[in-house]
Amino acid sequence: MKLRFNRSQLCIPYALFLACFVIAPLIVIVYYAFTNGQGQFSFSNFVNFFSSTNTLGTLLYSFALAFSVTLVCLLIGYPTAYILARSNFKKKYVLLMLFVLPMWINFTLRITALKEILSVLEGNISAYPFLNSVIGMTYDFLPFMILPLYTSLLKLDKSLSEAAEDLGANKLTVFLRITLPLSVPGIVSGITMVLLPSMTNYVVLDMLYNSTYIMGSLIGSYFSAYDWNNGSMISLVLLVIIFIVTLVTNRFSDKDAERGTVL
Amino acid sequence: MKKALKIFWLAIVLAFIYVPILVLAVYSFTDASMVGASGGFSFNNYINLFADEELRNMIFGTVALALICAAISTVLATMGAIGSYYSKRVPKTLLNTANQVPVVNADIVTGFSVCILLIVILRISKDTFIPLGIGHIVLTAPFVYLSILPKLKQMDNSLYEAALDLGATPAQALFKVVIPQLIPGILSGFMLAVTLSLDDYFVTTYTKPSTFDTISTYVVNATKGSQTETKTALWALSTIIFLIVITAVVLMNVLSQKGGKANEKA
Repeated sequence: MKLRFNRSQLCIPYALFLACFVIAPLIVIVYYAFTNGQGQFSFSNFVNFFSSTNTLGTLLYSFALAFSVTLVCLLIGYPTAYILARSNFKKKYVLLMLFVLPMWINFTLRITALKEILSVLEGNISAYPFLNSVIGMTYDFLPFMILPLYTSLLKLDKSLSEAAEDLGANKLTVFLRITLPLSVPGIVSGITMVLLPSMTNYVVLDMLYNSTYIMGSLIGSYFSAYDWNNGSMISLVLLVIIFIVTLVTNRFSDKDAERGTVL
Repeated sequence: MKKALKIFWLAIVLAFIYVPILVLAVYSFTDASMVGASGGFSFNNYINLFADEELRNMIFGTVALALICAAISTVLATMGAIGSYYSKRVPKTLLNTANQVPVVNADIVTGFSVCILLIVILRISKDTFIPLGIGHIVLTAPFVYLSILPKLKQMDNSLYEAALDLGATPAQALFKVVIPQLIPGILSGFMLAVTLSLDDYFVTTYTKPSTFDTISTYVVNATKGSQTETKTALWALSTIIFLIVITAVVLMNVLSQKGGKANEKA
């Protein structure tokens, strides 16, 4: 009994670390979001956020951008993952690697490369801010969509769709009623990996000359203005969104497709 | 016909992924100042990349930061994962939940909250690199933890007990029996930590000393400026990283195939 106790003690440093640098900062964020610069309790940051058309517009723009990016990633990623998972190619894994390999190249360098190409294609890239942001983020996040989709499609039992075909279903029915529903965990986990970063990664927008703000840019500008309170409010809004998304997606959770098992 | 369509689709997606990187790679060997401009063959970008002290320091700093933080993360999270695996249900759930927070959280919120706690409230100077280091460990350790847990579940528990019965101390049993079985998980966790740290922009921006830059923050600043020499030197950097990544992936595939064959025999 004593020996087991010894082993579980190993987690104490990590538990302390998480408490000090993960949980405590979150509490601090909540505290700062509801106090003013003098440390007094106040709803002014909250009111600031929800009464300003600027910040609400930013929230809407972030959602619009994030949904577009997620949709495009899904539309490109799903067929790709499907073809890869169903291919008879002996070394499927190598083929998959080709598609997710860019993940390991620094994203700012990849966006630089994309920017050069877009400049050649479009001439003046600042003329299409929204389109370019969608392209840029899709370029950045596509591997994170393909990977969980591939994992869940690969695990899918082929005999189920064969059985459906034997029983007279056509290919479309098989896909809509067997394959698609069974790959929902992969879809959901892909969506979570793309949706949140595309609401916050303002660097992609900056680098592609899109001067419209998203939620991340608000935090960035409050950070530069040393306005910790309003910055915390934006972080809190994001935390609430993340919390809701997590609650929804936990219903479909698929452990193998999580980001932690990427390598 | 259908097969051709599939290959066509894959080819288009691959083109989308690789054309920008490859075009940049080709142009990195020219003296052109932008893609599309004509230029002659030249190694200037590569020479600049290694001759410029600022660029050299930046690359060295990024890699050093990633390796040091990944190493600390790996030790912390490995101990954490082993500890939590043998803990009672409540502490285990608490730890797993806390560990999940940075995983699902947006990097920018992680960075901002660490910045407020350490720099604004505790007044730790950014120049000590402590906020930056802690920020990167917060960012990477949870992923190491997640990559070790499955290996713990696969492990045969009786081996540890057997080691104890045969007279090993708990420490010996841990280092000679438990940890060796976790090594694949620890290694992939470490690699993941390195790549996450290398790729990070947000945590770094909010916690770094003003004189220090990682590749991400440097590239973002460089694209705002108009120094073409720096810009084209970064093309060379991008190409070098691309080549390193490809080599690493090929090596990993070759090694894992050998490992796979060894496992099949055993």
